[in-house]
Amino acid sequence: METITTHQHADLHRDDTAAKLGMWLFIFTEILLFGGLFIVYSVYRFKNPVAFELAHEELSITMGFINTIILLVSSATVAISITAMQKNDRKITLAMLGITLLLALVFLINKYFEWGGKFEHGMYPGSELMKNLSNGDMLFFSLYFFMTGLHGVHILIGMILLGITLVKVKTGAVNSGKYALLENSGLYWHLVDLIWIFLFPLFYLIH
Amino acid sequence: MEEQTEHKYLPNYLEYRGKYKGLAGWLTTTDHKRIGLLYFYSMMVFFLAGVVMGILMKLELISPGEQIMGAQVYNGLFTLHGLTMIFLFVIPGVAAVYGNFFLPILIGAKDVSFPRLNLMSWYLYIIGAIVVLTSQFMGDGPPDTGWTFYAPYSLKTQTNVVAAVTGAFILGFSSILTGLNFIVTMHRLRAPGMGWLRMPLFAWALYGTGWIQLLATPIVGITFLMVIAERLLGIGFFDPAIGGDPILYQHLFWIYSHPAVYIMILPAMGAITEIIPTFARKTIFGYTAIVISSMAIAFVGYFVWGHHMFTSGMSSTSRWVFSLLTFLVAIPSAIKVFNWTATLYKGSINIKTPFLWAICFIFVFMIGGFSGLVLGSLATDIHVHDTAFVVAHFHYIVFGGTGFAFFAALHYWYPKMFAKVYNPKIANLGLFIFFVGFNLLYFPMFYLGMIGMPRRYYDYLPMFHNANILSTIGSWIMATGLLIVIINLVRARRGTGKEVNDPWDGKTLEWTIASPPIVENFEEIPVVDHGPYEY
Amino acid sequence: MSDEKIHISPYKSHIMVLLGLIVLTVITVLITSVEMGPYNTTAAMIIASIKGAIVLLYFMHLRFDQKIYGIMVAIVVAIFAAVIVVTFFDYLYR
Repeated sequence: METITTHQHADLHRDDTAAKLGMWLFIFTEILLFGGLFIVYSVYRFKNPVAFELAHEELSITMGFINTIILLVSSATVAISITAMQKNDRKITLAMLGITLLLALVFLINKYFEWGGKFEHGMYPGSELMKNLSNGDMLFFSLYFFMTGLHGVHILIGMILLGITLVKVKTGAVNSGKYALLENSGLYWHLVDLIWIFLFPLFYLIH
Repeated sequence: MEEQTEHKYLPNYLEYRGKYKGLAGWLTTTDHKRIGLLYFYSMMVFFLAGVVMGILMKLELISPGEQIMGAQVYNGLFTLHGLTMIFLFVIPGVAAVYGNFFLPILIGAKDVSFPRLNLMSWYLYIIGAIVVLTSQFMGDGPPDTGWTFYAPYSLKTQTNVVAAVTGAFILGFSSILTGLNFIVTMHRLRAPGMGWLRMPLFAWALYGTGWIQLLATPIVGITFLMVIAERLLGIGFFDPAIGGDPILYQHLFWIYSHPAVYIMILPAMGAITEIIPTFARKTIFGYTAIVISSMAIAFVGYFVWGHHMFTSGMSSTSRWVFSLLTFLVAIPSAIKVFNWTATLYKGSINIKTPFLWAICFIFVFMIGGFSGLVLGSLATDIHVHDTAFVVAHFHYIVFGGTGFAFFAALHYWYPKMFAKVYNPKIANLGLFIFFVGFNLLYFPMFYLGMIGMPRRYYDYLPMFHNANILSTIGSWIMATGLLIVIINLVRARRGTGKEVNDPWDGKTLEWTIASPPIVENFEEIPVVDHGPYEY
Repeated sequence: MSDEKIHISPYKSHIMVLLGLIVLTVITVLITSVEMGPYNTTAAMIIASIKGAIVLLYFMHLRFDQKIYGIMVAIVVAIFAAVIVVTFFDYLYR
């Protein structure tokens, strides 16, 4: 009896499928979290089509495009790092995770300059300029700051997750026999990418 | 949940000593049973506080004019009463207490899938509760918006809305993580042989609940974040002065808060579904129908939120759409009631306290349900919208439904949780008084609503006086009954009970194990070869 | 303990997927500069949905995983879409 009990006990604490399912369920809540914002966005865009189209011209398509490419590439590098882990190639795993983190940082720096540019022109939450915007513009920029800001927070969370994973791969705590953490951090990172895929056309490509 | 080397004597979860002893042992536990009790005790504190607030409000309403408090205090009080009862008691309610305690046992598991996450959910719950309560003492006074935080008033009032909303956000997180944990547990940890259609119906109810928690809670979470941002950052979403749409706030709020009603009631229905067959000594009638209706309630319940907004200025198209969907959701709820009564038919009914609570549940739940149809149809809703009728309706559903089920489940599982026996006569007496008081308290409010008494005012016209007196007296009777029930249970907890493993001759897995359960629930994981209720 | 068969996507497929996503991004930017009236938004959203589906299927591995994940994702997306539709019963007809 002893051996069986302890064996099952070990199983209880190590269920990669459960961890993955849990991660997917959490991703669903994240999708609905942004989903609420997409509802708000679609309603206000429906009510203020002209204002939204004009307001979006304040945003730089180039910046948005570059950030989209950065996130897409970083998603690919995470996917590659998982493949490398499955092939037990730690070097490539580490390199790819490193590149992903670097790209995430570049994304944030880009964002910093993008937001910084707005701030310099006096356009930031609570500023006089923003308070005096016409109704539709106000809604557009409120949504813009809130949604890209929340997305930025998710980038940070993703970076922390990937950073922890990177350290654990280095120490060997995450290895080719046990890489649920890597897989789940990867899933989370793809989610961050997924959300951006929709944010990009909705804010930068209004026509 | 430390490893065990001794196998001759398996300590039960109450006396087990892990790394820490005493209170620290409880606060660091990952045992789902102990976490269930942590929820239980903290929830009872909040519940009783909420009851006191309710009694104070009823006392204010005993006569027209200012009795014991003025308008602002009353506004703060009904807000806090709502916040406490909704977010701290009924939403976690049955699921967090009995779900935590019994879900793993019912499906033959040793614990939930993520025990540490489970403990974290409880901490989030406590932190959220503290943040909500600090809103009363910090800043510029207690929030006075009602628990709904409707924009634009919640954006304009000088009271401390931000703290209350932040607390509600944290509580939402706790709720999401609990739901996530339960869903994964049911996917991964069912005992060998327990297929999906052999799961006890309480587990099925929790499964539906879990999905609502996952998919609905984030919407209100983000809405609350937007309110916070609007108040703190000076950006705009819902303020009509800057082009925002306050009705959109109502949409978003009810996209969560209507399904939240099903977060409250589904586990309650699940608990009742466990109790009925045990005391009818008969297998449940229509197992599959109940499973499907649970999932249907979870699904359709997601699309009926607009019936809270019939008078808000929504388009007439969406009004009839929501009214139609609302009538649809009544069907699966009714299916459950039919199944319960059909189970009783020709059963060998064993009249015990939990059974009586369950029957009272069905009674009040049906009154609540029927009055819901009055509110769900467009024309009659206009007449009683925002009157005492609505207050009576949702107290019949939420308190009468979830509250009665909470106590039904408590009396049902009490011997298993604590291995103690309560005095059934006093328990029944308490229930009787409680039941009479409950109906005396809320039934006159239907009448008051019909003749036009608005809700959420500390004062009223003299024409509403008589029924209000009845209602206030009812609140005293109900509180007396509640006190008797609770004192009886507390006395039993202290008393020397006998350890009975299966006092009701139940057939689900929790009755096959020791009372109180050992730390890992089962000495050996059971192999299941039949459905849950085979008498 | 994982009772799933492990499917290892080759490096090459990740690169191909990435290239596909980049091409779609370029298309969606180009398409915005073409005058198509209300169809511009529709086109942008369709392309975004295709990109999202690719990320879900390949990067997030849904295509090779147990079906249950895919089913769940489909249900969640369907529910969310239905919520938007039901919300718009208000705004379209107000």
